[in-house]
Amino acid sequence: MSTTSAPDRKKQSDERRAGELNARELARWGWRQLTSMRTALILLLLLALAAVPGSLIPQDGVDSLKADQWREAHTTLTPIYEKLGLFNVYSTPWFAAIYLLLMVSLVGCIIPRCLVYAKAMRAQPPATPANLTRLPDSATYVTDEEPEEVLAAARKTLRGYRLRKEGDGESVSAEKGYLREAGNLVFHMSLIIVLVAFAFGSLFGYKGGVIVLVGEEYGFANELSQYDDFKPGSLFAPEDLDDFTFKIDDFSAEWLTTGAGAGTARGFESKIRYTEGGSEEKRYDLKVNHPLTIGGTDVFLLAHGYAPVITVRDGEGNVAYSGPTIFLPQSQNLLSFGVVKAPYASPEELGFQGLFYPFEGTVDGEPVNLMGDIGDGSHAMLSLQGFRGDLNLDAGPQSVYALDTSKANMMSPDESGKAFNLRLGQTVELPDGLGSISFDDVQQWNRVQISKSPGKEWALLGVSLALVGLLGSLFIRPRRVWVRARRVDGGTLVEIAALDRSGGGDTAAVVTGLVEALRGARTQEDKDV
Amino acid sequence: MSDHTWGVLSNQAITAAGVVYFLALLCALVEWSAWQSRARSAVAAKELVGAGAPVDETEAEPNPADAVREQRAALFGRLSLLLTGLAVVCHLVALVARGMAADPNRVPWGNMYEFTISGSFVVAAAYVVLHRRLKLAWMAPWVLGFTVVVLMLAVVGLYEPVAPLTEALNSYWLVIHVIAAIIATGGFTLGGIAAVAYLLKSRFPDSALLARVPELDALDRVSYRIHAFAFPVWTFGVLISGPIWAHEAWGSYWNWDPKEVWAFITWVVYAGYLHARATAGWKGKKAAIVALIGLATLWFNFIGINYFSSTSQHSYAAPAAPTAELVETTR
Repeated sequence: MSTTSAPDRKKQSDERRAGELNARELARWGWRQLTSMRTALILLLLLALAAVPGSLIPQDGVDSLKADQWREAHTTLTPIYEKLGLFNVYSTPWFAAIYLLLMVSLVGCIIPRCLVYAKAMRAQPPATPANLTRLPDSATYVTDEEPEEVLAAARKTLRGYRLRKEGDGESVSAEKGYLREAGNLVFHMSLIIVLVAFAFGSLFGYKGGVIVLVGEEYGFANELSQYDDFKPGSLFAPEDLDDFTFKIDDFSAEWLTTGAGAGTARGFESKIRYTEGGSEEKRYDLKVNHPLTIGGTDVFLLAHGYAPVITVRDGEGNVAYSGPTIFLPQSQNLLSFGVVKAPYASPEELGFQGLFYPFEGTVDGEPVNLMGDIGDGSHAMLSLQGFRGDLNLDAGPQSVYALDTSKANMMSPDESGKAFNLRLGQTVELPDGLGSISFDDVQQWNRVQISKSPGKEWALLGVSLALVGLLGSLFIRPRRVWVRARRVDGGTLVEIAALDRSGGGDTAAVVTGLVEALRGARTQEDKDV
Repeated sequence: MSDHTWGVLSNQAITAAGVVYFLALLCALVEWSAWQSRARSAVAAKELVGAGAPVDETEAEPNPADAVREQRAALFGRLSLLLTGLAVVCHLVALVARGMAADPNRVPWGNMYEFTISGSFVVAAAYVVLHRRLKLAWMAPWVLGFTVVVLMLAVVGLYEPVAPLTEALNSYWLVIHVIAAIIATGGFTLGGIAAVAYLLKSRFPDSALLARVPELDALDRVSYRIHAFAFPVWTFGVLISGPIWAHEAWGSYWNWDPKEVWAFITWVVYAGYLHARATAGWKGKKAAIVALIGLATLWFNFIGINYFSSTSQHSYAAPAAPTAELVETTR
């Protein structure tokens, strides 16, 4: 917040026409504009406005699936949005331009203010104004004390204030609240720390997700190929992956059987074993809201579900598909959807998709999932739609959770056109001697998120410092107080005035308090005598 | 007491609070109209004295009707405050009972209904607590009107039976993070009321209808002080406790989740308000408008994002049921 002194401007305009600027002056003018409070304010509001589209349009970085669906649904708008970077608002150049300009404006504003503040810290409170009664809040009274006594009492009362040393002999000038500006400066500088730490974390960090089956024979090693999805920062290198492995020994949940939450679970807990860089095995109870930290990497439990073990035999009696199949929960009671693909079955490719009911019950003749707790498995049911023919796997990469049925034909266990319903341990023959499908067992899986956000401690430190600075800048009142005492006819005239430079303080109360303190001290002394 | 009884008690206490708030609102309106008619008669008196003549109101002949009005205003003002206090107590009982009705017991802000009744409680309670310190008596009809309407909307439109928290919400950060968000929301709402009053008063300075509202300087100061309190609480809520919890629950401290983005937008706009108040050319009206934009973003975040955004992890709504399509295919 620089100011131009009037004589400067005058000198320039004497020589040239007003409005003419050379390059250096233009740069100075631009810098002044940029670092002015008004510009900072407009940039702030612009930043708020620019953040809006990212919350309304699906973002690649937040939910890439949603973003892709949106692209498919809006073919006209998509190319325009792509050009504007609206699917990646927070990493577009225009968004960066706003916050970088804001940062520059901030630095340009803060550095001069730091210098001014450093000077002010060493300065004395200002000399007492000639006419104290002209200030907005002032009081006068006459006393029979000597002026020196009044001033001494005032110095004593104004504890916590900085007092002007070179007084004029008849007044006290006091100031306090220097830390307000310090708080203000700390707040703004801390914002820069936060931004740098955040940028560092986004550039060098990563975030990935993986579904891991519960059991001795499964596990996870921290390598790129093991992740189901992986979102690296733009400067992240695969070598930065910390070297660790883990297995999930057991997963437990506490199932609610009564009340409004019946059928859902809480208290998820995974007993895991992990090794770090080939060292000995350690154990950890992984829970929601209780991440495990290995080196600089954090491991989080996000979700859980069932993986029915399904075996498909083809028409020749060979096993065409076998293993735990991950079904994705569709609701809190873990009614789950999953897909089985057996492309090498002969004579025809086989595919299945459908629902897994952990605890199926019949309501009004329809199958309904009653709860997520599978219990002994006696009520577990798989209800799968069968397909034969071409699963269209040659057309390109497919999600393992989706079946392409465009070139396949539906098949049913009988003429009714119904789905294949399997209880645990059951096997159902497929029509036309195409084979069989059996539901052998149920296993559990955990969805684990693994992430590394370097610099997060710095971000936390920065934002905490910012809060402390903010509190200081909002609630410390910068205040100047003056007391003048001089002899007049009939005693000593005492004038008191206070000024609050933040404009929010109640200076009237300060003046009243000071008057009371000074006169009260006097009354007290009278009593003592 | 069983969980069910607690739930019933909570519902009854909310109804009681709503009724008492409404009675308090009526009293506040009587007080307001007493001020209004006094202001009208003052104007009339001025006109009687004659145009152009300087009128010093303190020296003017005291009007006996004015004395009655003043008494009436004071009486109903006190009555309104008393009823508001009573309603706040009922409201608190409702919140506590709501928490006791859940199994296991928990804080009463697990879904939209609960957040709404907690938030309106903070608005009303803050009004009562700050009543003397910030001389908020003039705000009574505004605060009470707001609280009554919000409670009605909550009961009619948002009510949900007591249910346990989803696992991700089951954390002590729920207490810290949401309490900060609720307190800041209540504070910003009160500050916003002062900002609206400021704008109205600056547009219609002589309106008798606004006689009860203090002068512009006082309004600006009250508005600033409330905002200056709410802003650090919001900072703590959304920029410190929020990211810490997000880091523990979702594995990343800032996810650009729509709720986070809007909380950030709100923060930025209110930061703008605090700067605007210190900027020449932005003081007063423009600053008040910025504060109201901030309030709009805050409420949009609460209402809009919960209803319109499907990607937000902050959705308190019930988890998506299996799509009809899926059920169809497997029958």
